[in-house]
Parts: sequence; C-alpha cells; structure tokens
Amino acid sequence: MAKVLDNPRPTLKERAAKIGAQIQGSQAWNSIFRPGSIFRKGYTDSPRNRSYVIMNSVLYHLHPVKVKRHAVKVSYTLCLGGLSFFVFILLTVTGIFLMFFYRPTGANAWEDIQTLQTSVTFGLLIRNMHRWGAHIMVLTVFLHMARVFYHGAYKPPREFNWVIGVVLLTLTLLLSFTGYLLPWDQLALWAVTVGTNMMGYTPVFGSQVRFVLLGGVEIGSETLLRWYVLHVLMLPFVIVIFMAIHFWRVRKDGGISGPL
Amino acid sequence: MTEIPEHLLKRAQAARDKAAGSSDASASEGGDRIPDALLDRTKASGAGAAVVAAAPAGGVPVGAGPGGHTQRLLTVVKSGSIQEAKAAPVDKVHTWPHLLAVEFVAALALTAFLFVFSWVVNAPLLQAADFNNTPNPSKAPWYFLGLQELLTMFHPMIAGVTLPGMGLVALILAPYLDRNASNKPEDRKFMTSMMTMFLIFWAVLTIIGSFFRGPGFNFTFPWRDGIFFEL
Ligand code: HEM
Repeated sequence: MAKVLDNPRPTLKERAAKIGAQIQGSQAWNSIFRPGSIFRKGYTDSPRNRSYVIMNSVLYHLHPVKVKRHAVKVSYTLCLGGLSFFVFILLTVTGIFLMFFYRPTGANAWEDIQTLQTSVTFGLLIRNMHRWGAHIMVLTVFLHMARVFYHGAYKPPREFNWVIGVVLLTLTLLLSFTGYLLPWDQLALWAVTVGTNMMGYTPVFGSQVRFVLLGGVEIGSETLLRWYVLHVLMLPFVIVIFMAIHFWRVRKDGGISGPL
Repeated sequence: MTEIPEHLLKRAQAARDKAAGSSDASASEGGDRIPDALLDRTKASGAGAAVVAAAPAGGVPVGAGPGGHTQRLLTVVKSGSIQEAKAAPVDKVHTWPHLLAVEFVAALALTAFLFVFSWVVNAPLLQAADFNNTPNPSKAPWYFLGLQELLTMFHPMIAGVTLPGMGLVALILAPYLDRNASNKPEDRKFMTSMMTMFLIFWAVLTIIGSFFRGPGFNFTFPWRDGIFFEL
C-alpha cells in the first residue's frame, strides 16, 4: 500500500536554500551590499556581471571596470607597483602585531624583541616577515621606479605622478631607516649613528635638523621614542596619502602608459 | 550684485537688435536660422498635443505653456558647436577577471615567498645597544652604503649632502628636462644609457660598500677576510 506524501518534510538542501533566500532578502543584507552587487544577485559569468564585480564594490576606488589589454600583461609592469603596495599592507599587518609586544624605551626595547622571539607564539616568524618585507619593499619600489623610467612612463601627462613617486621612494627609505633603529641592538644603534652623522653636514640647518630628529645631540632614548612615532604613525600616515594620490593619478592620466 | 562688463552688455544688445531685425524678414533667409521644416514640425506637434489633450479633458492640459504647447524646444545650438567624439576605440579587457586574477596570483606568490624565507632565515638581533662599544666596521643600512662609500672619496658635505641632493633634484626634474616625447626605446637611447650608467655606478658603489669594506671601512676581499655585512 503506497502512501502518498503530498506534503513531505523539506530536505536539508531545501531548508538551507530557504534560509539562504531569507538572509539575502533581509534588510541587513541589502544594507551591506549595494544594488547590483554580486552578493545580492549571484554571479554567473557575463560581461555585465564582470563589470558589476568592480562597479558595485569598494574595488571601484582602485580599478576602473575595464583596462587596456596590454596593461594586464605581466611583462609590462612586472607587477612592481602593485607588489610595493601589497608588501606595504603586509608590513602594516605584521607591524601591528609587533606593536603589541614592544616598548620604545632604551631600557625595554631590546629585551622586548628578545622576549618576542623566544616566548611569543609566532613572534620570531612575524618579526622575520616584517624585517625581510621591509627590505623587499625598498627593492620593489626601486625596481618599479627603474621600470617606469625605462618605459618613458614619466612623460606627459604623467610628469607629476613621477614626482609623487619620488616622494614615495623617499618616504619608503625613511620608513625603513626609522624602523632600523627600533630593535635597539648594536646593529641598529651604529647603523643609525653612521646615517645621521651624514645629515649633520648639511649646510645652514643641518645640525638643527639632526638635533630635532635625534631629540638631542647624540642618539639616546629620546631618539628611540621619536623614531618609533615616526615609524608606526607619522610616516605610514603620510605615505598612505601619497599612495592615494599616486593611484588616483594613474587612472586620471589614462591608465598605464604604453604600449611601447 | 556683480557688475556686468560693458562688452557683454553691448554684445547682448547687438544680438537682441539682430533678432528683432531678422524676425521681420522671412525665417528662411539666414543660414543659422531654424529651418522651416523644424518650425513646421514644432507647430504640428503643438497642435497635435492640444488636440490630444483636448479630447479627454476638454481644455488645456495642466502645466502647458502659452498656446497650449506641451513640449518646448530647450535650445537651438549652432552646428559647429556640437562636440565631435574623436576618441579612437581602445582594446580593453575587463578588470575582473583579467587584472584581478593576475594581482591575486602575484600577491599570493609574494606572500608565500616571504613566509618561507622568514621561516628559514632569521632576522639579525645583535647584542643590546652599547654606547661604549663601537663595532668595527660600523655600516649604514645597505641602501645607504653607496653614500657611505662616497664618503671615502669626498668631503662629507659633498658626499653626504651635495651629491645625493643633486641626484634627488635630477630625479624629480627628469620628466621636465627630458623633452623627447617618444616612449619608444629606439628613440630614447641617450636617456636609457644615462640611467643605466647611473644605476650601474650606484650598484657598484653599494656592492663595494657592502662586501669589500672591512674594519676601519678599509678595502678587503670578502673571500679573504670574510663578509662584514648585516641586513
Ligand atoms: C610606495 C611606493 C610606490 C607604490 C606603492 C606605487 C604604486 C604604483 C602602481 C600600483 C602603479 C600602477 C602600475 C604598476 O604597477 O607599475 C604605479 C604606476 C606608476 N608609478 Fe608608482 N608606486 C610607488 C613608487 C613610485 C616611484 C618611486 C616612482 C618614480 C619615481 C613611481 C612612478 C610611477 C609612475 C610614473 C607610474 C605610471 C606608470 C605607467 O603609466 O606606466 N612610483 N605605481
């Protein structure tokens, strides 16, 4: 005797689909994702949806919907500008981690690093990533500049973006140099001594600038605090602003230069 | 209120006079007058609208202009003033997936490299800072070693300030000094060779400063006396 179920219990799949639909129809969901977002409508590959991925997300601040075909060739930019930006993000993340364990005073700095390396989970790894990442950033920014030069990509209308780039290069070097002091070991102290001695030879205001940067005539605990604030707050703040202008100009100047 | 400049007032007056003068003449006379065909069409549509509106309401529709017109010609533009789009079509691709995929892979590769490298190689942490114990040699970070190398050749003011300052200014001014508009490598041989020479010069200085300088910043061979270099 077959029993006809005209109202069977919903399967797990059906229930999941129903809950999914409820969430996607909710006010909260729709307040988070803009009309046209692929998280509202779902994504199937179509030219329109490809546009929507960019147009209806925060990515629109960085990228236009379409770019020149030759601009996506890795052999043109070598990804160097983008990688400089990405290492900067990695450095920010690892740097925030380090800040939890570090006090910028002559009495604590070195021991904090020592403790971080020996007794904090992943402390050594994260410190290594921050330090090697910093060297990589100097390298990628420098190579990015070289590639821009060899492509003649600084020519009109991109002259000013090149100038902003030179500012970015300077800021990158300053970020790396101020960070160099923070471990407060023999390497840090004397490398920075050599570096800042050069500064004192600037005519007219050299020794004043040196005094302000060191917080005294010689390197000491005051220097450590100053360079810490420069390193974790002021220089990152300034470089982010210049990066924003840099990226904006790349788009406004008509995207990537070329093809050659 | 701001003063309207004399010449603008004059021009407006002249235009008004001209309009008044030519409205007496036949509309078909001037080259930049509204063509008869368009005027006729406007009249026809005005009449038509009045008829259509009249049917249901039996009067002039709400919001209609003088004469019962429901449509207005906003402006008449001289033919020459219409912008012509000259932009040549550019071969473009969608940012998603073409560019984002590349960026994602590049970011992932870099993260993987940094992760593995940091897993294997430890960053240096020497003895705690000691003001009474100057290591020999004392070296600046590698990206300043070219400068430190220059210091052995010139007065500190030249090596530490004048030369790097000039380099920075030259870098900033490069786009304004290079008057050659082409970006083709074959047209830019002078600039590329200048830059290449400069880069090689700088790289050599940095390498000497990094690996060929020992105690007292005196010249050494790394294979003879070892390497005095920390990252
Ligand atoms: C923090 C450092 C920097 C970051 C994050 C950065 C980022 C970028 C990015 C993402 C692009 C898009 C194209 C590409 O990836 O190559 C770009 C283009 C460009 N950058 Fe940078 N950049 C930096 C430093 C510099 C420096 C030091 C210079 C030159 C002195 C420079 C000059 C330019 C120019 C002229 C372009 C346009 C290139 C073209 O149209 O082909 N940038 N930058």
